[in-house]
Amino acid sequence: MGHVLELRGLSKHFPNHVALDDLSLEISEGEFFSLLGPSGCGKTTTLRLIAGFEAPTSGEILLRGKPQAALPPHQRKVSTVFQNYALFPHLTVQQNIEFGLRYHPRPDAKESVRECIEMMRLDGKQDRKPAQLSGGEKQRVALARSLVLRPDVLLLDEPLSALDPNLRKQVRTELKALQRRVGITFIFITHDQEEALSVSDRIALLYKGRLEQLGTPRDLYLAPRTRFAAGFLGPVNWVNGFGIRPESTRLSLHAPQETGLQSIPGTVQELMFLGNCLHVETRTADGQTIVAEVAREECTYERGQAVHAFWSRHDEIRCDPS
Amino acid sequence: MRRLRLLFLFPTASILLLLFAVPLGILLVYACMTRGAYGGTMPPFTGESWLRVLDPLYLGIVGRSFLVAGISTLICVVLGFPLALFISRSGPRKNLYLSLVMLPFWTSFLVRTYAWMFLLRDTGLINTALQSLGLIREPLPLLYNWWAVILGLVYGYLPFMVLPLFSTLERLDPALMEAAGDLGARPSQSLLRVLLPLSAPGIRAGAILVFIPCLGAYLTPDLLGGGRTILIGTLIQNQFSNSRDWPFGSAISLALMALVMVMLWIQVRRKGEPLL
Repeated sequence: MGHVLELRGLSKHFPNHVALDDLSLEISEGEFFSLLGPSGCGKTTTLRLIAGFEAPTSGEILLRGKPQAALPPHQRKVSTVFQNYALFPHLTVQQNIEFGLRYHPRPDAKESVRECIEMMRLDGKQDRKPAQLSGGEKQRVALARSLVLRPDVLLLDEPLSALDPNLRKQVRTELKALQRRVGITFIFITHDQEEALSVSDRIALLYKGRLEQLGTPRDLYLAPRTRFAAGFLGPVNWVNGFGIRPESTRLSLHAPQETGLQSIPGTVQELMFLGNCLHVETRTADGQTIVAEVAREECTYERGQAVHAFWSRHDEIRCDPS
Repeated sequence: MRRLRLLFLFPTASILLLLFAVPLGILLVYACMTRGAYGGTMPPFTGESWLRVLDPLYLGIVGRSFLVAGISTLICVVLGFPLALFISRSGPRKNLYLSLVMLPFWTSFLVRTYAWMFLLRDTGLINTALQSLGLIREPLPLLYNWWAVILGLVYGYLPFMVLPLFSTLERLDPALMEAAGDLGARPSQSLLRVLLPLSAPGIRAGAILVFIPCLGAYLTPDLLGGGRTILIGTLIQNQFSNSRDWPFGSAISLALMALVMVMLWIQVRRKGEPLL
């Protein structure tokens, strides 16, 4: 399978700061690709450059091998689902979905609109205005409006951030299923590592305008290359220069004897009940804090108790001290 | 709470009643009386003045006033829209540009209208400049015609179009125009299908604010039209001065007001949206 989208040395410099610096990526046909990072990392800039809302300072964007940088947004075969959906408030659901087809006429346009309405479960809502829709419905209209054009790449700018927390998990599962069904390449922008880990085929982690790490969710979580990457993808304890995730850390009252284990004595400082498990915070003699994830029924520890925190050596995260 | 509300409303309500409702009541009474020989009014009560309003001569003036006000409003929309759009997109300089739009309000409207006369008259700046450049031999008739009146009205009331349009355009999410482009619309198509329909409330508010004062304008037609252009404002003024026909002047004033109110009422009823 070829690359549907290729970014080559893409940079965007503003007078006072560098929003994106020398980003190169190759995104495969049909991939669910996430751009992950904290705010200001350059992920939204990347999306705006791909969509054509902004011009790169240098670098090239290739869509199916064709250079895009000189093309205005309306000539690019990419489509965007905006963070606040940007539905046209004066048009009905149906008219919103049909909007782009006027500029990309197709003989089966009517049929496609009907299919999209059905796929997005918007049947019966065609004549409503965006103001009469719930957050989830607005999002489905935004998706339908873009998908009906069959873009080469669909860009999604934090599409879940405007939804209530309870709905987010459900919608992200639906998004993943939708992407599989339509087979269009999705580029998903998010600052939420759990979202990115759960839906992506691959993730590009951006930090301060640069590519920090590129890989599958598993690669990024289990083998982060930098301290930033390790910390951004999930909680991590830093002990004597290497990292260990709380779920790989265990506790016992006596020092474990088996080989391949690393253990450190400490005192229980705090117990936090998280519902599905507990986080036990222990402090070592030299003042380092280690958090261990402990199952509810196994947690008999009390504050001030002397314990040993231990983990298996191959769970340790070793990365550049950046 | 209720008493407090009445207390706060009292000053405004009493001013409105005294300075607005009472004079209107007086006008209404005058309009139904007979003219006095030297101005003023006297009994008996009659509906004669009201019938004269329907005279084709005066209806012609009313029609002409509507036409002039309509053309001026249209020109204000055409000129005001790009300006309001430009200001709404100019980021931190927005306030500077807005204060420039409002700058003319710092001088009296009368003085500004005289300034236009100095520019437009036969020996004015424009004609003198064109003549000294050798572009024309005889001065162009720039002043004392309909176009001079419309120019003066557009100049005077353009800010009332720009300000409401600006506030509508500024509230529009810039992502909407991006979305239109993203879906394949060229900038001109986005303008027609997204920006223009969404700025309709601003255009409507601006049009109301420009059209109504243009319709009753007196100063501009009088000074820039030079008495050759009779509009409703001048007609009314004449009744209270030269013609000494107060009842008729009152009747036209009220008829004009009633017409405007009916138009506003239709606007309000047509849409559930706020008028301004």
